[in-house]
Amino acid sequence: MADIGEKQEMNSRRRFLLVATSIAGGIATAAVATPFVLSMMPSERAKAAGAPVEVDITKLEPGMLLLVEWRGKVVWVLNRTPDMLANLKKLDSQVADPKSEKDQQPAYAKNETRSIKPAILVVEGVCTHLGCSPVYRKDIAPADLGADWLGGFFCPCHGSKFDLAGRVYKSVPAPTNLVVPPHTYLSDTTLLIGSDRKETA
Amino acid sequence: MSKRLESMIGWIDARFPLTANWRAHLSEYYAPKNFNFWYYFGSLAMLVLVNQLLTGIFLTMNYKPDASMAFASVEYIMRDVNFGWLIRYMHSTGASMFFVVVYLHMFRGMMYGSYRKPRELLWLIGMGIFFVLMMLAFTGYILPWGQMSYWGAQVIISMIGAIPVVGETLSNWLLGDFMLSDAALNRFFAYHVVTLPVLLVVLVVVHILALHEVGSNNPDGIEIKANKDPVTHIPVDGIPFHPYYSVKDIFGVVVFLMLFTGIIFFAPEMGGYFLEYNNFVPANTLQTPDHIAPVWYFTPYYSMLRAVTVNFLWIDAKLWGIVLMGGSVAIFALLPWLDRSPVKSIRYKGPIFKFALTLFVISVFVLGYLGTKSPTPLYTLLAQIFTVVYFAFFILMPWYSKIDKTKPEPTRVTE
Repeated sequence: MADIGEKQEMNSRRRFLLVATSIAGGIATAAVATPFVLSMMPSERAKAAGAPVEVDITKLEPGMLLLVEWRGKVVWVLNRTPDMLANLKKLDSQVADPKSEKDQQPAYAKNETRSIKPAILVVEGVCTHLGCSPVYRKDIAPADLGADWLGGFFCPCHGSKFDLAGRVYKSVPAPTNLVVPPHTYLSDTTLLIGSDRKETA
Repeated sequence: MSKRLESMIGWIDARFPLTANWRAHLSEYYAPKNFNFWYYFGSLAMLVLVNQLLTGIFLTMNYKPDASMAFASVEYIMRDVNFGWLIRYMHSTGASMFFVVVYLHMFRGMMYGSYRKPRELLWLIGMGIFFVLMMLAFTGYILPWGQMSYWGAQVIISMIGAIPVVGETLSNWLLGDFMLSDAALNRFFAYHVVTLPVLLVVLVVVHILALHEVGSNNPDGIEIKANKDPVTHIPVDGIPFHPYYSVKDIFGVVVFLMLFTGIIFFAPEMGGYFLEYNNFVPANTLQTPDHIAPVWYFTPYYSMLRAVTVNFLWIDAKLWGIVLMGGSVAIFALLPWLDRSPVKSIRYKGPIFKFALTLFVISVFVLGYLGTKSPTPLYTLLAQIFTVVYFAFFILMPWYSKIDKTKPEPTRVTE
């Protein structure tokens, strides 16, 4: 160390070695940290549990809601009646994103009914505000939700409201429409939730 | 001191700086002689820290960090483990009391300008302690895996998911799963019992080292080191921490323990404020409780989270709420640079500062109350108004602290 003091500044060879050692040490640290950081990502078991689920919708009557668990979340499968579908249009002025412009659904569900088949709605039953699960309220004009309620989903946590296409009303805490998960039809009555590619089933 | 003891200490001193440290931090650490009531809370925070560490160790002996067993193991501790109820109530009450003493400790700093030069770094280290404490409280509250544990954590995790672009990956990484599940409970347990306590203890040691470097502030907000005895070089207004303040602090400890044990034995749930009723129901992933509110010490921030209901500047209301909530905690760290007053202590500050501090305290209490209630249009409006008041205290400080009429500081501390 004495020679540093005598010469006042480091010679270029010493500086080079210092920089090279620091860089090598930094790379080694990052390399060692990698397996630890990655060990915290969802495990193979968790990924397997997140595999797509098949749902038989033969017995789903019009107006009925089916709860399906996918990746630990509730996914709703709702068979909408023609009346319910007709009501959606009337709500265009009351919902925040009537045309589903925000990316809350796969491209094949970016339509008026937010679904592949017009009647069958598939959405995650998870409020886009802070993750509570809203309640299915198909009754028209109930006392607590007001006279212009045409049926929809109501979140008891912070009062967000969604229509029967999962579109969020204006001026409620939730910012966006309910999420439509990737899904596809394996046959006329078999629904696959979690993947939109038939071959992965 | 007997000859034998003296020679033993001599043996140690030749190998480890025992006497030197005893002197530097206790018997010859000179603290201002005018400490008052507000100076109990630092040592009380240490007492609660020790309580949390000790009771925590005994709780881990019977607790199981497994989503299918956690709730039952906590009930097992409460019903079947000998004195398990006492140890658990000491821990849960300790958590709330930790925030009580830390909030009072912080308020002391705000009153007497303890964050001002040369104590800026001391204040920042303290903010680090406050942050770690909040993480400890959050991870700890998840462990019983009751309804509030689950849905409270769900709300916080969805906030991370709201971060643009990386939110979803980040939340998967934090949870170790695509949703809040066993994997998350298991790792939050690891944080709660290893990572965060170690970090907290290190920060507390650093906090005290920083304090003993710059010396304690006092209710007059003047530097006692500016006035030293010419011969001994000891501050004329300083007294040795031990025995003067060790005795004072022991008195504080006795009074505090009376209050603490009173709560443990007579009101451990504190009417649902220390332990929420919904958390005596096991977590149900498919059903949200009707009303979600955090524990009392987080309610002011939770109010601010909910207060934003309009989108603003391309950022939606939800993200603004999260930014405000984080900002309301982080903004304390800026205090040393926001305060431009020529004096430190509230004793010599003018009416504007006293008014601003009073409004700030009121806004914290109002926001805290609103955070425990379901939002109604009136409550939301109140939360918005008091969120503005809360932030105005900090943001306007560079101006109002400068134009305020101050009184001259004394040269010696007053009694």
